[in-house]
Amino acid sequence: MTTPLSQGAGPLYADPSANRAREFFRNKPRALIDKTMSVKDAVARFVQDGDYLAVGGFGGDRLSVAVCHEIVRQKKQNLTLAGHTATHDFQILCAGNLTNRGKLIARVDVAYIVGLEARGLSPHARRVMESGEVESTEWSNYSLAVRFKAAAMGLPFLPMRSMLGTDTFRKSAAKEIVCPFTGDKLLAVPAIYPDVGVIHVHEADRFGNCRLRGTSVADPDLARASKKLIVTCERLIPSDVIRQDPTLTVIPFFCVDAVCEVPFGSYPGNMPYEYFSDEDHLRHWLKVEADPAEYQKFIDQYIFGVGDFNEYLQLCGGLPRLQKLRQEEFLLHRGR
Amino acid sequence: MVEYNPMELMICCAARMLENGRTVAVGTGAPCAAAMLAQRTAAPDLVICFEAGGVAPQLPTMPISVGDSRTFYRAAMATSMADVMETCQRGMMDYTFLGGAQIDPFGNLNSTFLGKDYKKPKVRLPGSGGANDLASFCWRILVVTNHDKRRFVEKLDFLTTPGYLTGPGAREAAGLSPGTGPYRVITDLAIMGYHEETKRMEVLSLHPGITMEQVQANTGFTIAGREPLLTTAPPSEMELRILREEVDPLRYIIGRA
Repeated sequence: MTTPLSQGAGPLYADPSANRAREFFRNKPRALIDKTMSVKDAVARFVQDGDYLAVGGFGGDRLSVAVCHEIVRQKKQNLTLAGHTATHDFQILCAGNLTNRGKLIARVDVAYIVGLEARGLSPHARRVMESGEVESTEWSNYSLAVRFKAAAMGLPFLPMRSMLGTDTFRKSAAKEIVCPFTGDKLLAVPAIYPDVGVIHVHEADRFGNCRLRGTSVADPDLARASKKLIVTCERLIPSDVIRQDPTLTVIPFFCVDAVCEVPFGSYPGNMPYEYFSDEDHLRHWLKVEADPAEYQKFIDQYIFGVGDFNEYLQLCGGLPRLQKLRQEEFLLHRGR
Repeated sequence: MVEYNPMELMICCAARMLENGRTVAVGTGAPCAAAMLAQRTAAPDLVICFEAGGVAPQLPTMPISVGDSRTFYRAAMATSMADVMETCQRGMMDYTFLGGAQIDPFGNLNSTFLGKDYKKPKVRLPGSGGANDLASFCWRILVVTNHDKRRFVEKLDFLTTPGYLTGPGAREAAGLSPGTGPYRVITDLAIMGYHEETKRMEVLSLHPGITMEQVQANTGFTIAGREPLLTTAPPSEMELRILREEVDPLRYIIGRA
């Protein structure tokens, strides 16, 4: 060893104990029962104030937008968030901070927040994070994926080889360890067993067996790591179809607590092989955020002023708009 | 002599560094444009990977998100983030392209916050994203960015992503994989590399019409040139035609210059 081992100074927001997780999973229902319900009921039943929340997909891509809106609408408080590639999801959830509705986000494990990739930074998310009212710890995208993977494996931690030597490590809650076989210095990251996970998929049966297409990001691990899991799907399909080709199932029913059918449920984000992202709407959202008063009006209209996700879709142009986004997904607008 | 703007030149320089049959992990924006241009010129078998899980796509048009469906259009595989990152961790990713709000003489990057107090940042930025992982795992780190004094600083407000850290041997001492590290920085003024012994940034090639004095005036730390100092080859007519007509016809990226 050339240098002594060190550890990050950041706080740990999630209990990495595999034994305590096992006690929870011991009592998680395994019965093959119908779990279909409305998004409203799913959020009311399975998201509690103070929960550790993890949202699947990659930012706006294959994002469960309906559940994010509903969490804001039900004014959930004091949540800890896994900021894993959190782009439009983080932007939506920030509507519960600094808008006179208490404090929705209290703590964040940051890998990626505030930004919407090439589209720019969210002015309201910046206000929230720069106000100092949200605590944070720094990580990287892969380290959060590994933390979900450790939990999915039923372990308290896993080793990996990034973050070493940087301020990202110093502001994390990771620890340096020595490999017992090679003597190499490694990074140990603690498992995250989220209280509640939220994932949008292409197809699910009423019991919660899920199929998804395109990149899986970290969702198969996130589904297994989560104590409670809300799944939204583009389409409910018969369980017979699942059983005809079980190779396509990526999340098994016993991980799932709620199944909500939400067509176009990733709008305004992209849903692979279904519809492309609505860049006009996302640009508009970013633009109104610049002025706090305009932003209040915007979320009053688009989130708090609607009863459910379907009303939001109507407000954004309804079926004609979605039809155009479907054409864009298949590159039909480019003559293909 | 064809006209071109600084962004077009930067993308062409970046594209020329990507060899056929190599692997590169890219984000959206200029790096993605460079990879697309390389795939359409000297490197048709360039393996492009995206951290959300897109592996070896044939990009039809510029992705907007690192995870959108364009990133695995006609791809060899649509997989998970862990699979792509672990391919990098195993040593199979040759290049990655990164950016940041600040870069220091050792190629370390800041994309976390600007200001003095982490708890009350002046500007909160996204954080590492996948940058720290890619910079730790990939063999060669390429950076494409505009060249100005606020960006090229002696000391970062926060070291998000590792370059050579504090200098020679520091990456290895920290536990990072031997033989990895920063390789090139491509700006609107010049192409930089790193001194073999000191691991500090140095100018390799000045863009046409640019002087060392201009580069130094726009750099917040002392920067030397490596002899013999070269002049960057301007974009060829073919590069510009493909870049403008096929890679970025809507001028998302090249229109920013």
